[in-house]
Amino acid sequence: MKKLRKLFSALLMLAIIPLLSFGQEDDQVMKARNGKFALTNAKIYTVTNGIIENGTVVINNGIIEAVGANVQIPNDAEVIDCGGKEIYPGMIDGGTTLGLAEIGSIAEANDYREYGELTPQMQALTAVNPNSVAIPVTRVSGVTTVWTMPQGGFLPGTAAAINLFGYTPDQMYAGQRGIVMNYPSTGAGRRWRRLSEDELKKRQERALKQVNDTWDKAELYAKLQNADDLRNYPEIEALVPVVKGEMPLFIEVNAAEDILNAIEWVKKRGYKKVILTGVSEGWRVADEIAKAGLPVITGPVQAIPTRESDNYDAAYANPGIMSKAGVKVALRTMESENVRNLPYHAGFAAAYGMGREEALKAITINAAEILGISDQVGSIEVGKKANIFVATGDPFETATKITDLFIDGFKVPMTSRQIRLYDEFLNRTPGVDKTKPVIDIKKK
Amino acid sequence: MKTKNILVSLLLLVGFTAWGQQVPKGDVLFKGGTVLTVTNGTLENTDVLVRDGKIARIGKGLRAPNGVETIDITGKYLMPGIIDAHSHIAGSAINEGTSQVTSEVSMEDVVDPYDVSIYRALAGGVTSIHLMHGSANVIGGQNETMKLRWGLTDPDQLRFEGAPRTIKFALGENPTRGGRARGIQPQSRMGVENMLRTSFQQAVEYKKKWEAYRADKNPRKVAPEYDLRLQTLVDILNGDVLVHCHSYRADEIYMLLKVFSDFGIPKITFQHANEAYKVAPELAAFGASASVFADWWAYKLEVYYSTAYNAAILTENGVLTSINSDSGELIRHLFHEAAKTQKYGDLSDDEALALITLNPAKQLGIDNRVGSIEVGKDADIAIFEGHPLSVYAIPQMTFVDGVKYFDKANDKADQRIYVDPESSIEKITIFDREDQHRCMEGANFINFEDLFSNQK
Repeated sequence: MKKLRKLFSALLMLAIIPLLSFGQEDDQVMKARNGKFALTNAKIYTVTNGIIENGTVVINNGIIEAVGANVQIPNDAEVIDCGGKEIYPGMIDGGTTLGLAEIGSIAEANDYREYGELTPQMQALTAVNPNSVAIPVTRVSGVTTVWTMPQGGFLPGTAAAINLFGYTPDQMYAGQRGIVMNYPSTGAGRRWRRLSEDELKKRQERALKQVNDTWDKAELYAKLQNADDLRNYPEIEALVPVVKGEMPLFIEVNAAEDILNAIEWVKKRGYKKVILTGVSEGWRVADEIAKAGLPVITGPVQAIPTRESDNYDAAYANPGIMSKAGVKVALRTMESENVRNLPYHAGFAAAYGMGREEALKAITINAAEILGISDQVGSIEVGKKANIFVATGDPFETATKITDLFIDGFKVPMTSRQIRLYDEFLNRTPGVDKTKPVIDIKKK
Repeated sequence: MKTKNILVSLLLLVGFTAWGQQVPKGDVLFKGGTVLTVTNGTLENTDVLVRDGKIARIGKGLRAPNGVETIDITGKYLMPGIIDAHSHIAGSAINEGTSQVTSEVSMEDVVDPYDVSIYRALAGGVTSIHLMHGSANVIGGQNETMKLRWGLTDPDQLRFEGAPRTIKFALGENPTRGGRARGIQPQSRMGVENMLRTSFQQAVEYKKKWEAYRADKNPRKVAPEYDLRLQTLVDILNGDVLVHCHSYRADEIYMLLKVFSDFGIPKITFQHANEAYKVAPELAAFGASASVFADWWAYKLEVYYSTAYNAAILTENGVLTSINSDSGELIRHLFHEAAKTQKYGDLSDDEALALITLNPAKQLGIDNRVGSIEVGKDADIAIFEGHPLSVYAIPQMTFVDGVKYFDKANDKADQRIYVDPESSIEKITIFDREDQHRCMEGANFINFEDLFSNQK
């Protein structure tokens, strides 16, 4: 009887296999769904309006329609009973190369670095691969929006905010772009570590002159923009929206002295929307940053200190010190494939002085405000985009699981290649035939 | 008889002064903590008494003997010191990349007691590391198992005295990259297998030569030429040196199992082993073990098909598994890396903690000394505020042999033992995750064309 059943299932498999071989790849079987959902019986961390015990969130056509303890559940809504679990706004990573980098060591699989020092017109959004394997791997951990950045020269390109669901870059686009600028550094990064202090200084001066020349041109271009015979100058034209205050400028700066110089530079230039990023040594000059009123996107938090003489936990404590000094702080991982660790960077920041509430803000509403997308995402509020997740508990805690995920109102399947590999290999079939081992172990 | 006794005492004395005096041993009583023993569950409100660097008693209401300091750890957690089975901190060189077989070199010659990373690892509850040779060659150098006795400057004082010898092997992209750069074998996984089999075959013949020489009764016999490289391989065949093999893909892991099976080598630990989960039943059947990352992947092609559930799949399939850092950054929060197996695969607290304590101790052959809180073991201990598997856990104190080497309450900023006198301004290094990958350090910069042009 058993044999018969086995034979039957084998035959069934044979019949099914040809059907499966048509495009049975990765995510295509489990599709995201749009519609009307009611998430009931949940502890809701709105972030902007406190915590709602035992509340309901209604999502309709991509938008949060209702939030509260006494919410009328629409008749036609699909009800998801959260059974006391917790709802949070989707986490936002303020600095990644997600979608731009697929396999680190293979140049052909990386699109975040263009040739040249002055390439601000390069659009990260263009090179975002919506089908990157890392995207589902990331979002099932509750990260729903990231800032994805070009890297390289001193003006490497235009970064973009993307939601982690969609089939084209435009479907993923979260409504903000910004110019990335690497502020000339006195410190020795990876590329310049062999230079002496004098050489570093000279290099910085040369670079600063280049920076100023470039922005002088951009300001001039902005003034002349309506002139008829203006020559096509795409790298300068890309900077004009920053000069006009229409687009934010993200200044990557890390060493304390450089941060102070950058603050002065911003003051002198008078650009309206400026964000400091990196800011590894922000804790040394936190008061000055606060006084300048510039927001900060800092991270990775799990990082080694910039100087050998620093306290071992300088990078863990950095966000908390800045936040306590009055700086508006968001966090970033600077990862591509492991952006999923964003809640752990936040958890470490929380433990080392920032506190849980501020750390949660740093990866939700603060990040959204700094990126200029807080009208859309960053908190659980009526009218905002339904970027939310349901968790078994505190999302910073390592053992916590995400059970449901909505991006742009779509109920996104909780699967990724890493999860599917787990399902396949936890109890592999066939395993080892113990009566006739594959490997004849000739132990002595 | 008497002279023999004197001789034995003299020998003991010599042995004692050789290392016994150099390495400080502490006495301390930990009062009232939650003790995570790893081998015997969790003991609430329990005391641990340390005498002369060893765990002497575990129980309730213990009293400190005269002159022994008492540390109140009420509300805190006490766990075995964390062991990192794959590290490149505290090494002044990583790769001897001049040949595909360099079993003659050893990391014991490049131990750097001045590396401030040692202190930073202690601040993450780590007490022992496996300082590994790099992964540039198929058969790399020998590794060094160390105790993080920060502040001692004689490299000998940082050795894990009595730990078994180990050696690094490497499969896949790294050694074949070297082969391509030099225009020699191996340039494929076929070539890697061939190089391993050829090397072990040479070792078998070398061993036979020496056995024949030793058995030869002819007084005018001539000894074969001594070859440290081949002798080390013979030591592997004899089970005197444990192999830790850099590997990623399931096929190459399976290949090495077959090679070791053919040469009768019973023990192997696969390092990184991102695809070990695919051959978990085979690894379990062989008795091979794996030391893996919690979630690193996609940094090269051979780790593209990884899963963060690797450690859990291996554990559930009965494979002895540890989680390592391979990074001066990650080593500082291995407790957090271990906790990820609770998200990715639902491992229990004891299973997760064993990944960074008892299991790496077994893989390094030092589990009779460290890896759990048991009477008679070395007092290598970490004290945490908060459960070490919580993201909010903060290591408070770290002890090696009962001596405190890290105390958060007395943590001063500048922990450097050695400051470069030629540097007036301190270098500022912006953290770059790639800098932490030291596995190929020293190998990347060799111009193989020049190096090997005479040998072609």
